[in-house]
Amino acid sequence: MCTYLTKSIPLKVSAKGPEGWFTTTEATVYVDHPAHAPADHTLNIDFINRSIGPGARVALELDAAAARALARAIDAALDEAPEGLLP
Amino acid sequence: MSDALLAETVHFAGAQGDVIEGYLARPLGRDRYGGVVVIHHMPGYDDPTKEITRRFAFYGYAALCPNLYSREAPGASPDDAAAAVRAAGGVPDERLVGDVDGAARYLRALTGANGKIGVIGYCSGGRQSVLAACSLRLDAAVDCYGAFAFFDPPEGAPVAFKPLAGLLPNLSCPLLGLFGAEDQYPSPEEVDAFDKELTRLGKPHEFHSYEGAGHAFFSVDRPAYRPEAATDGWRRIWDFFGTHLAS
Repeated sequence: MCTYLTKSIPLKVSAKGPEGWFTTTEATVYVDHPAHAPADHTLNIDFINRSIGPGARVALELDAAAARALARAIDAALDEAPEGLLP
Repeated sequence: MSDALLAETVHFAGAQGDVIEGYLARPLGRDRYGGVVVIHHMPGYDDPTKEITRRFAFYGYAALCPNLYSREAPGASPDDAAAAVRAAGGVPDERLVGDVDGAARYLRALTGANGKIGVIGYCSGGRQSVLAACSLRLDAAVDCYGAFAFFDPPEGAPVAFKPLAGLLPNLSCPLLGLFGAEDQYPSPEEVDAFDKELTRLGKPHEFHSYEGAGHAFFSVDRPAYRPEAATDGWRRIWDFFGTHLAS
């Protein structure tokens, strides 16, 4: 199905897209049809900056296991980082 | 009969008079033909949808697929455009109706047009096909597995995305519905309730649900493709449009 549900968060981080590095303004997270992954549905993440244009985008299409593994890895890396190292 | 066709990008006035892009495919060597507005799915104005548009021309119809993301992402790749529109809240229902109306006007003005217009949409476009048929004077509509064409939209859906059940008394033309029996969006319960309501309203329609098929069974480039359902579905479409869009 085409879902109509999207989690959107303001997010000012650096991402590298087809035109090089840019600063994102938000990230959207949603389950829907992928453009590339060989699956009917995937967990999709778009890091975007709408003020630059639609091409300012870094996209991920993940199956459920990959998405949860990624989330766990991010949490683990943050937990293991020396205290005070990250802003 | 010639099998030649011409396919190209065109521009026309959509909702609010905005000039939007569309992909037009029309048969060559025919004196008279009906028109079909093809509504793309949420992933966008992509190559598979353009292929579907050309298929209608091959079968003798002038078909026009409006790029519903023209305004937010002119010239962008289909997936980037879809992501941008999603982040902006999606296509408002009112704008969709205006864009389909503009596409229908364009098709009616073509030399050789017989004045009959059908609309077809896949996935989110299936719901939008029903919306258009409840909002415009059309001659035939096809809903391919559109979720929330009858049940209310999910909580958290964008506000510009309205329930359609209350609009069904305005359905202006016969409706063909093609669904997968294993789909959950729309579920068999939604399809059954939709069918019963159209019957209660006395609206001409025919619904077909295919066993062994789920959502998006027409999509030849996705694992959901089900050749038996798709082949029979196309046959139903040709019969349906052949009946209602003939000169």
